[in-house]
Amino acid sequence: MNTSIEDNEVTREEAAVRDRFLAENRLFLGPDPEIMRNHSLAPRTEDEERILSQGVDAHQVHQIRGLVNAALTESFQMVNQMGAAPGAKWGDLVTGVFTKSGDLAMISPHGIIGFAICCFYPIKFITKYWMNDPTVGVKEGDGFIHNDARYGGIHNTDQSMMMPLYYKGELLFWLSSTIHEGENGACEPGGMPAAAESKYDEGLKMSPFKVVENYEIKRDLLTFLQNSVRDPKLQLEDMKVKLHATIRLQERMIAILDQFGKDAVVGALRSHLEDVEVEVRRRIRELPDGTTRVNAFMDSTLRENCIQKIQLAITVKGDQMVCDFRGSSPQFMNRAVNTNIASFKAALGTGLLQNVWPDLPHTMAALSPIEIVSDRNSILDADGDMPQAMSLMPLFKACVIFTIPMNKLNYSLPKRYSAVIAQQYDQAATFIYGGLTQHGDVTGNFCSDINGCGQGARSNADGEHSISPVFGFMADAGEQEMCEEDTPIVRLGAQRLARNRIGFGKYRGGLGYEQIATVRDSNIWGFMTGCEGSLFSSTQGLFGGYSSPAYQLCKIKGINIFEVLANEPKRIKEFDIVYLMNERPIPGGKYSTHDMGMTFEMCQEGEVYMICQGTGGGYGDVLERDPALVMKDVAEDLMTHDVAKDIYKVVYDERTLIVDDEATVALRNAYRQERIRRGKSYDQFCAEWVTSEPPATLPYYGSWDDPKTIYGTSGAQRIKMDADKIQGSFMPNPKDLKIAELEAQLERYKEKFGEAV
Amino acid sequence: MKVLITEYLRINLDSELYECRRCNGALGSARETYKRGLLVYDRDPREIHKPLLDPKLYERTYSPHPDWCRILEFYCPHCGTMMEVEYVPPGHPPLHDIELDIDALKEQWKDREEVIEPPIGPVPPRRTHMHGHGHDHGAHSPADTKKN
Ligand SMILES: [Zn+2]
Repeated sequence: MNTSIEDNEVTREEAAVRDRFLAENRLFLGPDPEIMRNHSLAPRTEDEERILSQGVDAHQVHQIRGLVNAALTESFQMVNQMGAAPGAKWGDLVTGVFTKSGDLAMISPHGIIGFAICCFYPIKFITKYWMNDPTVGVKEGDGFIHNDARYGGIHNTDQSMMMPLYYKGELLFWLSSTIHEGENGACEPGGMPAAAESKYDEGLKMSPFKVVENYEIKRDLLTFLQNSVRDPKLQLEDMKVKLHATIRLQERMIAILDQFGKDAVVGALRSHLEDVEVEVRRRIRELPDGTTRVNAFMDSTLRENCIQKIQLAITVKGDQMVCDFRGSSPQFMNRAVNTNIASFKAALGTGLLQNVWPDLPHTMAALSPIEIVSDRNSILDADGDMPQAMSLMPLFKACVIFTIPMNKLNYSLPKRYSAVIAQQYDQAATFIYGGLTQHGDVTGNFCSDINGCGQGARSNADGEHSISPVFGFMADAGEQEMCEEDTPIVRLGAQRLARNRIGFGKYRGGLGYEQIATVRDSNIWGFMTGCEGSLFSSTQGLFGGYSSPAYQLCKIKGINIFEVLANEPKRIKEFDIVYLMNERPIPGGKYSTHDMGMTFEMCQEGEVYMICQGTGGGYGDVLERDPALVMKDVAEDLMTHDVAKDIYKVVYDERTLIVDDEATVALRNAYRQERIRRGKSYDQFCAEWVTSEPPATLPYYGSWDDPKTIYGTSGAQRIKMDADKIQGSFMPNPKDLKIAELEAQLERYKEKFGEAV
Repeated sequence: MKVLITEYLRINLDSELYECRRCNGALGSARETYKRGLLVYDRDPREIHKPLLDPKLYERTYSPHPDWCRILEFYCPHCGTMMEVEYVPPGHPPLHDIELDIDALKEQWKDREEVIEPPIGPVPPRRTHMHGHGHDHGAHSPADTKKN
């Protein structure tokens, strides 16, 4: 009676018909988990197998790689010089070459690694779904656009142009060009809306589609895209720039193919990838077997403060390495700070290539031998329906998270591939802006200060001040004058290094600088900021070095700084955040401090908004810092006397900065003895200190002592979940909470004073 | 044979003990967390990252919030060197951050020569002086101060 389908013999022909029917009638081609959860190299193609089995000429491979590098550098410079997006001007871009299967083979040497490490996902999607679809297809002269990180990519502000490279009628490679464009029509200007409560608040959501045919942009589709963003000029200009840079890259690649022939070039790029994999496995084998761990605690969803744990255990055995992120915070259903696992891996790859093995070629093969484990529905492996417009928060953590556990794994090695380096400041400390410019144009984007993060200290040197962003080692903090030409933002004061805000240590982190901004000649203008780390230090030190301090947003509202400057030029001694906030030199101003997560808010002419770029982590015990370096920091006004004396325990003459060496040694030794007196044994300390659960008053997300038990909230009440059954947390609207609090307050006053209140 | 593990720790493969690299003092079994051999102190973060804005005027002052963030300082019980710090929410268990397979480590070092001074390693490339505005970005090391 009960015949199951298996009982009936299905012929191969029938199965093919069924499969074709299912493929043709799929309701929606969403992000494909088979593609999105796999960061390994594809198996060799038939051609690659044939070529590599014959063996490649290492000298020729080297020569071809050099030429491809030159071609990539040229296309990078084209985009860098001609791109209209602010990001393009500071190097927030990449160009790349991919194998026929879509594996990233090489990128422009100065390009953003992460962008390219995730472009292979959309290329694999195109190959799997569009190549043989009669309504789409892939042919010479086509170009595909894409921005939705759910199909690959860092986040939705980045737009890519991807082009198949045909040689003598045969598809051999894919080429790409990606820029952080910024504006994308989201619910807040600038492309990174912290206010996004669902994916439909994120603006443009381009799955990979064909926007170029016969090397020309299709005008109808372009118009649709322009119609969907606040900056239609930018959308047009940069699509053209990316297209022409990719065409130039194609010309150069074809010249290389003409010179060496198809087999040599295909063989060179595939062997390049495989060589990197082999080298990574060799490096893993060199490491000691065992596990190292690190926790990172984020303190803001950019809408409210709460602790979100990111937990990493790296386990090495032989040539296997597993990075286990289980136990991390659950996803948020209505907050923008989630990321999908593919974007997260791209950021991990970036961190690995920038901080651990910087000498390796920048390809996806560097990460592909490493297994990544995560809890589904965690903040770093979020479901596709979760908003992820501010995925930068977990992604920036991913860019620096390797530094601590990898340095603990590889410190023993007889040969080092990189200096031992503490974390770089890991926040997007920049003003995101939007409104009407002084030229009457609508715009939305962000300032280049995002690229000015302080570097972490090294085992033998201090970190560099405000050197580059965590995600792009070569990106530049740009020129303020260019920003002032294009936008009504006026920067008050120079980019002064943030005195006393230091990752202290034997070597200190590089400092960040203060950003004091206002607006002029615009009727409508506003700012937002998207950083965490106002309550809990974001950037960690190494081997006894301290972390960064906390940073907050400061405002002076209800004033017009330009009037003050015109009427009383001497009233403001200097544009220094600490001075302005403590001395309050502008009468009538409303001075306030806030979380660094601020959703878009209007700024009236002459009102002042202030944030800081941050310091990198410190390295080693502060008592080991060379007193001469302490004096140098004081002389350079990076640090005040009280900090020099209290943190570093140096005895010196404040006027001459001459150190009393003997007294310093004595003071430091005495302080070491004080440490021994006040320290408790580990077991006793744990018995007194460790609690079985997070403090009841602390909003806490993620595991506590056991990675299998995850804390979250449901209806604003704390719940515990099994790690394999994580539900997202739905957060109450902070404004509703504020209203409820004020209503309760009002009720209390009414009771106390009667209706008169 | 001794294997360097961090700036301050090494493992003595013969005794299977962690040792302090500053004072050579033995700390505890290499088969459990080295932190068991150290002293711990719970630091109010405001003592290290001092409030720069007036706490009477503002809630946020550049100091981490002591109800959210504590600094666990780990000291060598013999010489008082601060070997590790850990920033955690109050009550969070200290992390077992280094857990090596000691037998595998012995096997691995059987043919390696002992490393006494750790190699420095190349500086990872960063944007250097593309923007050429004539300063050193503050990557100071003791060699710099000797020059000045
Ligand atoms: Zn010691």
